Amino acid sequence: MSGDPITKPITKPITKIETHVRFDFTITAGKHLTSYLRGLARKQILGARCDSCAKVYVPSRGSCPTCGVPTSGEVELSDRGTVTTFCIINIPFGRMPFDPPYAAAAILLDGSDIPIFHLVRGIPVDEVRMGMRVKAAWVANDQLAPTLQSIQWFEPTGESDAPFESYADHL
Amino acid sequence: MNPGAKIDVAIVSFGQLPSRRRHIDRQEVELVQPVVTDALRAAGLTKADIGFFVSGSADYLIGRPFSFVTALDGVAPWPPIRESHVEMDGAWALAEAYLRLQHGDIDTALVYCYGKSSLGEIRDLLVAQLDPYYVAPLWPDAVSMAALQARVLLDQGRCSERDMAEVAARNRKRAAGNPNAQVAGDFDVDAILAQPYLVSPLRKHDCPPISDGACAVVLATGDRARDLCERPAWIRGIDHRVEAHSLGVRDLASSASTKRAAKEAGAGAAAIDVAELHAPFSHQEIILRDAIGLGDDVDVNPSGGALAANPVMVAGLTRIGEAARRIHDGTAKRALAHATSGPCLQQNLVCVMEAG
Repeated sequence: MSGDPITKPITKPITKIETHVRFDFTITAGKHLTSYLRGLARKQILGARCDSCAKVYVPSRGSCPTCGVPTSGEVELSDRGTVTTFCIINIPFGRMPFDPPYAAAAILLDGSDIPIFHLVRGIPVDEVRMGMRVKAAWVANDQLAPTLQSIQWFEPTGESDAPFESYADHL
Repeated sequence: MNPGAKIDVAIVSFGQLPSRRRHIDRQEVELVQPVVTDALRAAGLTKADIGFFVSGSADYLIGRPFSFVTALDGVAPWPPIRESHVEMDGAWALAEAYLRLQHGDIDTALVYCYGKSSLGEIRDLLVAQLDPYYVAPLWPDAVSMAALQARVLLDQGRCSERDMAEVAARNRKRAAGNPNAQVAGDFDVDAILAQPYLVSPLRKHDCPPISDGACAVVLATGDRARDLCERPAWIRGIDHRVEAHSLGVRDLASSASTKRAAKEAGAGAAAIDVAELHAPFSHQEIILRDAIGLGDDVDVNPSGGALAANPVMVAGLTRIGEAARRIHDGTAKRALAHATSGPCLQQNLVCVMEAG
């Protein structure tokens, strides 16, 4: 839409054009994701249970991916859990939360059947391990908002490691 | 498409969500799960009975990549299922399922689609489907493109603005009997014509509502279909054709692709009782009737069509489901459904279904 008007004959071949595209969206999270996000603003982690297989999903998207039935019954989960698997980020990139190296992990919250993904801090990265017990480090109460960023990261609880069998089905 | 078809395929059930201006409390999974459940339940099946799943949707509508993967949670993809996706209206997903069933190794398929037109500016968003070099940079929105087509039709003397208003009024009147429709009621043609243009020569009534929605269809073959449904809607012909991307090389006042698809699908082989036409704009119904060769004796759009509810990516499969439903309930022996995609009826699919 902008740019200088062409006033002289074009003598060179045009090999490239720029066309700018911008679309704006008003995203709605849906009923189930909304209750999960609102829970985070109250320092609660909410999942939902499948009435058919009793599995607990966090966040729930409203349907059990195994049974295909709507999940029901909000379940409040612990903000403690077990690292099921992890990786160490060593390569810097644009929107990294910290200078490398730092750890990102799949964390199986107590009472849940599916891990969430978050950062692990408060321990040297070479000591992060499968089975490590961690707890949420929440932001200050006046910073709580309907986002997973209400949890800054997870850090070790100091409990002894969970046995592999306790999370083997959740990898 | 059908001369090579060896296996009879029928639509045995159909499920749909009511179309709404905004399904604000439903994201992909919450749109898909209820219609899949309804279609399975109506066929007396569970997910484990289905041989093949295929969906139609567009990530542009949702504003995020791989929305269709998220949506899979609504069909219970664990343990793993055989699944495919088209970035098209669900009608084209059904065409894929029909072909898949011709392999003969499975006897059921589930087709579903969802669309949230409410999240962005759908008029502008549809510009993304245009030629990115010469057309899209001019930002011709979808209503303006349709208006261009209506203008050609009027200038050729093929219809009048009153004819278009009558199409709009009739569809909205028929929609009164459809609980899933979004715009329904008695509208006076003279009152419509007294309204100002939205984009000349189109008035608001000539345009579809902006809709969120979802629907699902179960297909089955041969004896399996007869077991699952008292009156299966047998697909006797299905064909889809595409016209040039560039509007400048097309005759916008006619639809060569619809005409060809209708011929290949065998539309003219016998009388048609009911036709469901995917005509989002009033003048497009006039073009489609002409292209297919539908006479005045054919009951067109008993559901109210896309002028009553137009969830993008869903309205086409809804036409097939609505037409099949009329074979299921005995009101029609032979039904035709049409779906469209692209600007100004660029791509068209015709599906002919029969009882028995």
